Amino acid sequence: MKKEEMRIPKLVIDALDWLEDLKDVEEIELENVTIDVKNGIIEISAPTLLPAMIEREEIMKPEIKIPEYVPFSHEWPNSIEEIQLGATKEEGGTRKKIFRIGGETGMPFYPGSEMKNRPLVTFDVFDMPPPLPKAIREHFEDVMEDPVAWARRGLELGANLVTIHLVSTDPRTMNRAPEEAAETVRELLDNIDVPIVIGGSGNPEKDPLVLEACARTAKGERCILASATLDIDYERIAKAAIENNHVVLAWTSIDINQQKELNRKLLNLGLRRDQLVMDPTTAVLGYGIEYTISVMQRMRLEGLRGDKEISFPMSSGTTNAWGAREAWMKREDWGDRMLRGPLWETITGITMLLCGVDLFMMLHPRSVQTLQNVIDQLSKIAEKGVEYENWVTM
Amino acid sequence: MARKSPLEVYKMLPGDNCGECGEETCMAFASKLIDRDAKIEDCPRLKGKKKEKLIEYLTPPVREVKIGDRTIGGEEVIYRHELTYFNPTAYFVAISDNDPSLEERARKVKSFVMERFKTDLKFDGIAIRNKSGDPEIFKEAVEKVMEIEMPMILCSFNPEVIERALEVSSQKRPLIYGAIDENLEEMCALATNYECPLAVISSDLRKLWELSTIATGSGVPSIVLDPVTDSLNMRGTLNRIVEIRHQAIEKRADPFRWPILGVPAASWLVEGNGYWEEAVTAAILQNRFVDAMILNTIETWAILPLLTLRQNIYTDPRFPARVEPGVREIGSPNDESPVLLTTNFALTYYAVEGDVEGKLDCYIIVADTEGLAVEPSIAGGKLRASDVAEIIKENKLEERVKHKKLIIPGAAARMRGDLEDSTGWEVLVGPKDSSGIVDFVEKHWKK
Ligand code: SF4
Repeated sequence: MKKEEMRIPKLVIDALDWLEDLKDVEEIELENVTIDVKNGIIEISAPTLLPAMIEREEIMKPEIKIPEYVPFSHEWPNSIEEIQLGATKEEGGTRKKIFRIGGETGMPFYPGSEMKNRPLVTFDVFDMPPPLPKAIREHFEDVMEDPVAWARRGLELGANLVTIHLVSTDPRTMNRAPEEAAETVRELLDNIDVPIVIGGSGNPEKDPLVLEACARTAKGERCILASATLDIDYERIAKAAIENNHVVLAWTSIDINQQKELNRKLLNLGLRRDQLVMDPTTAVLGYGIEYTISVMQRMRLEGLRGDKEISFPMSSGTTNAWGAREAWMKREDWGDRMLRGPLWETITGITMLLCGVDLFMMLHPRSVQTLQNVIDQLSKIAEKGVEYENWVTM
Repeated sequence: MARKSPLEVYKMLPGDNCGECGEETCMAFASKLIDRDAKIEDCPRLKGKKKEKLIEYLTPPVREVKIGDRTIGGEEVIYRHELTYFNPTAYFVAISDNDPSLEERARKVKSFVMERFKTDLKFDGIAIRNKSGDPEIFKEAVEKVMEIEMPMILCSFNPEVIERALEVSSQKRPLIYGAIDENLEEMCALATNYECPLAVISSDLRKLWELSTIATGSGVPSIVLDPVTDSLNMRGTLNRIVEIRHQAIEKRADPFRWPILGVPAASWLVEGNGYWEEAVTAAILQNRFVDAMILNTIETWAILPLLTLRQNIYTDPRFPARVEPGVREIGSPNDESPVLLTTNFALTYYAVEGDVEGKLDCYIIVADTEGLAVEPSIAGGKLRASDVAEIIKENKLEERVKHKKLIIPGAAARMRGDLEDSTGWEVLVGPKDSSGIVDFVEKHWKK
């Protein structure tokens, strides 16, 4: 209401009537009221009432009730298994550094769910120079013949662990014997002090034999044996892990039931719960990553809800990102591939991180460093933030 | 929050099974409504209270908001596997009002397009920043951007500046950015009078809750929530976003039932940050429910992976997963490289691709089997020899390779004769599982 309309109408009262009424009134209190007598008409006005009325008018503006704010609580009955990687001298290994992964009590980086163990990056090293995109090759050209030097470079660049891919054991490449591969592994263990992941060549017949030989050589070191799948001799790999105290990477192809089946089979063979990490397959950004997103989220949710068959830490072959042509192909209209490639790997990694992955197999230095940064940033709430509103005028 | 049930919807429908909605039964119509394949108005017999009740029931927990002609929000689930996400995150590019190359930049944003799997990846709009602080300059910048016809966000905390721009642009429904504690009353009045959506901004969730409540209470038609994209505190940022979305979907808490805006452009506030850090921030947000974003970057190397990620996340998981039919080149094949055949069921295709990638230079013919894997498509007659011949012709494969040999999946062995007849090619029956392709080629191809 505007001020003009609010003015109290003057009371114009026929003097006679007024006096008549007064007869019945014993007492009349006149406060801040002026009485004018003009031309026989008495005017009464109360100017001081005005401010008081306006104030009340403002208070009476339609009240907006703010509903009570009750924070959402994320609570889960189960937690994810915690797995130790590497073993110290006292524990039967020779590692100076050991790590733990898993142990989550909630969805990744959700309010209230603290990451008990920081997710880790393991650096991909090959036992013979593989064909790699230029953006990666330029960082390692001088060490690609020497797995130990390559591993050291990876650790210097910010990785936590090293994965040795024994691709030379493939009958289609050099067909190296399992014992030869085991020597490579031993040499690596003797020269670096972090835990390692031992990877085969992907040959279904040869891999179990290679992993078995390496497991023996690395007895007690709690390496990750990568990988057991349903269609190879997983029994041999599981037994090698049990006898020599290692961890098995259980690899399935984007299928929660398949993963449960493999986990169950491995556990039934006597593998302990703290010896299993899952790899549900990282489909690449642009080529099916949404399947991986959904399968990983379902696995983690079901694990937290109480399904013990699936409540294990997850690993991601983030390096797969380089399989996307968008990552490596030289094309003017796609922009600088020396940036596009590492960003492709980085974003694949970030996406997996936010789905709950605990261990990242990665290749490019910049991707490794960026992901490590993101993990650090997301691990704690910062005290001081940006002067946000300035972005509009910066 | 339980998923909507067709039965609940059915109970609110007239139950006449008259077919006027285009469906044979009310129950069928109910399913369509839930899938958002039909509109409530399609049933002419639904009126009054029942209709209102149904509208309320069907309004998604996150309300839809229109910025220009672009709809954001409307989401029903936290995780995409629970149903699907509906409206892909809208990408707005920031432009400052006193940028001398404003028009050129705006045109670049408009014309940016990258094709992936027959879908165009594009920007959705432009956010004009009032860097000049001047209402006139801002108004003129808005007028220039209006000419290229893209949804707009008007960025200024000064109500005078916003009002000057709204006078010329309100009919385009720009998003007003935005309301903070200090200007709330004026911004609400502007959004209400000009009937435009309003962004409310705070890094304090209780404050954001209050701002949103007061805004709707004072008549603002629609709200967008900005819980502050803080590059120095990304964990805090994620916590707020996750909280807002759970309040909306799990609790239907009204003040938070609006789309969320993320501002990766604000990562440039941190010294030393650039396009790379902005893209990283955007990737984090793209994985966490954000319905619209403002970015500075139009660098292709940064945008391509982000728009690809958006495309992936917003793929509807309810439909069989398919890839585009056609011919794929793996590695760098030449005119002697083998040609393989597979189906367009995404996982089949990716399995084959994964098995040959890096090991074999070849061509893969992807047949349109309507998203079925090899065995069911043979059983269902969806793998057709004539289609394969068509693909060979369309893609000029006979010019690209010297041989006329096709390797087909072991599971498709019985198609051999048909394929040889339709294509005129020699057909080799490959292994049952694609993991054996590389070996197979080694043994049988070069001899
Ligand atoms: S038009 Fe309405 S009443 Fe008729 S079948 Fe459709 S939903 Fe039922």
